[in-house]
Amino acid sequence: MEAFNRHAGLVLPLDRANVDTDQIIPKQFLKRIDRTGFGPFLFYDWARRPEFVLNQPQFAGASILLARANFGCGSSREHAPWALMDRGFRALVAPSYADIFYGNCFQNGLLPVRLTEAEVEELFRRAAEHEGYRLTVDLGACTVTDDFGFSASFEVEPHRREALLDGLDDIGRTMAHASAIAAYEAAHQA
Amino acid sequence: MLTLLDKLWSRHTVHQEPDGGPTLLYIDLHLVHEVTSPQAFEGLRLTGRQVRRPDRTWATLDHNVPTADRHLPIADPIAAQQVDALIANCKAFGIPLYDLHAPQQGIVHIVGPEQGLTQPGLTVVCGDSHTSTHGAFGAYAIGIGTTEVEHVLATQTIWLDKPRAMEIRVDGRLGYGVTAKDLVLGIIGRIGTAGARGHAIEYTGTAIRALDMEGRMTVCNMSIEAGGRAGMIAPDDTTFAYLEGRPHAPRGRAWTQAVDQWRQLPTDPGAHYDTTVVMDAAAIAPQVTWGTNPGHVVPVGARVPDPQDETAERALAYMDLCAGTAIEDIALDRVFIGSCTNSRLSDLRAAAAIARGQRVHPRVRAMVVPGSGLIKAAAEREGLDEVFRAAGFEWREAGCSMCLGMNPDILQPGERCASTSNRNFEGRQGSGGRTHLCSPAMAAAAAIAGHFVDVRALARTPESAS
Repeated sequence: MEAFNRHAGLVLPLDRANVDTDQIIPKQFLKRIDRTGFGPFLFYDWARRPEFVLNQPQFAGASILLARANFGCGSSREHAPWALMDRGFRALVAPSYADIFYGNCFQNGLLPVRLTEAEVEELFRRAAEHEGYRLTVDLGACTVTDDFGFSASFEVEPHRREALLDGLDDIGRTMAHASAIAAYEAAHQA
Repeated sequence: MLTLLDKLWSRHTVHQEPDGGPTLLYIDLHLVHEVTSPQAFEGLRLTGRQVRRPDRTWATLDHNVPTADRHLPIADPIAAQQVDALIANCKAFGIPLYDLHAPQQGIVHIVGPEQGLTQPGLTVVCGDSHTSTHGAFGAYAIGIGTTEVEHVLATQTIWLDKPRAMEIRVDGRLGYGVTAKDLVLGIIGRIGTAGARGHAIEYTGTAIRALDMEGRMTVCNMSIEAGGRAGMIAPDDTTFAYLEGRPHAPRGRAWTQAVDQWRQLPTDPGAHYDTTVVMDAAAIAPQVTWGTNPGHVVPVGARVPDPQDETAERALAYMDLCAGTAIEDIALDRVFIGSCTNSRLSDLRAAAAIARGQRVHPRVRAMVVPGSGLIKAAAEREGLDEVFRAAGFEWREAGCSMCLGMNPDILQPGERCASTSNRNFEGRQGSGGRTHLCSPAMAAAAAIAGHFVDVRALARTPESAS
């Protein structure tokens, strides 16, 4: 997994709530057996409209996705964070995420930042005001900042933060508990 | 005083990180299907790891398999590759698989309970959000991502933060024609699609106790649509009666011992829930969704509501509906009876009771997709297939089918469908398709009328009243 420490990038404002994983990557693209190659199909149905924000040239190369509450709800498909990362996104900023999607992001080095509704509202306002609006997401300091004086801190579970800072995957960490797993199985005759 | 969640959690804790850190939880049952597993098996191969407990891992083909012409090769080469990958992976790693020729083949969340693999007190995971279904047995059952699938395959454990406990208590009696599906849609309408985020739901109350296991599975299945991490119902005599004698259920003395243990699982009187929601079953009418998430739901006698936010406005535009339209005036092109929510024998019986002696409206194409090969066979023994066929419904092979349209069963752009599935997201059943969620009886009635009708207004028959 790619480590995440500090990332500065162009912001893509996706002003929608309850964005489900069927929208992020529709089912017809889930038949692939690789983890890569999903980027071209990101928001496939919405992206068929030329006016969709992802198609606008000023957002080409965006790497931070700004969205509304309950982002990533619905299906557990990890293809959703794969598609976002394959398209170049490294961080998400929203008031909240669905639980399974939130966990899947961390498994892939994609940082889902939770800010308050008011802070997210302010970021949408700034993204509309400043062309080429950029944010810096710092996982070490747990802050989101811009060049115009915006600064907000965010909370992230300490174990998730450490794993992402180190780029560690969970299986390696779990193997350190191999004897505890064996003991559990023995005790439960599993 | 502990909740069901507390008991399941503590009994499966292998290791607890200090200071509110995550728990390493043991997984008793890992269910696998073709769509979310190939990258996980590939990960094992790349790292030279084995499946730790192939005996606690079961696979079935369901998501992208065709529901017709099973004697022919799968026409879509990419779908065929994914199916072949699961067959090869199960063979290589020693995992039992219900392939397309196995009589037990079916939707993963139908097959686990049907085979008695799903039992009270277990932890169950699957790379599928509707794994919450298995919570109906008093198991802690959650959907996971593919990286976690690989983790469970390799270690038989998973790192989890313990969710908060939410009680949804439903007292009273469901009225005539009102089903478990209407109950859970009513719950989602009340608390919203993120209402249970961060929580494991435990459903309690007399209306929940009165449900049979198939109804309980329908309720727990849709916990994820309320944002819940899991949905559970404490086991009782109804649970034990369903399980006894199933192929993988304990037998003889082991059965008696198991039941004794399972009776210890229910939440202790006075135990604390972080949140409690109380609902009255008698106040719930048959439900129909009008928008593009399961929280966009109203009683069948209602009208499409005025949009309260931008999401609702966009939903109305996508659904091509105007606020104020009566739900019963919504005309349909397609009807889908199936999915892990509503494709069990009782669902098919309820739909058949409405369809018997009737004809599907000439504009409507309606299909029935049983949840498993065994359900299909049982329905055929009762003659339900003949009832459906005579009424003009298609009777198909088991699979996820048009719930998510990964196989050839999809809506065409602009088509409007009454569906017994779980998600009415944009494009879920086919790009540009419009989905209205409802119960099996409501879907069957809509197929015949060509628009939604209140099943309570139809004549009672002994079968439909059961």
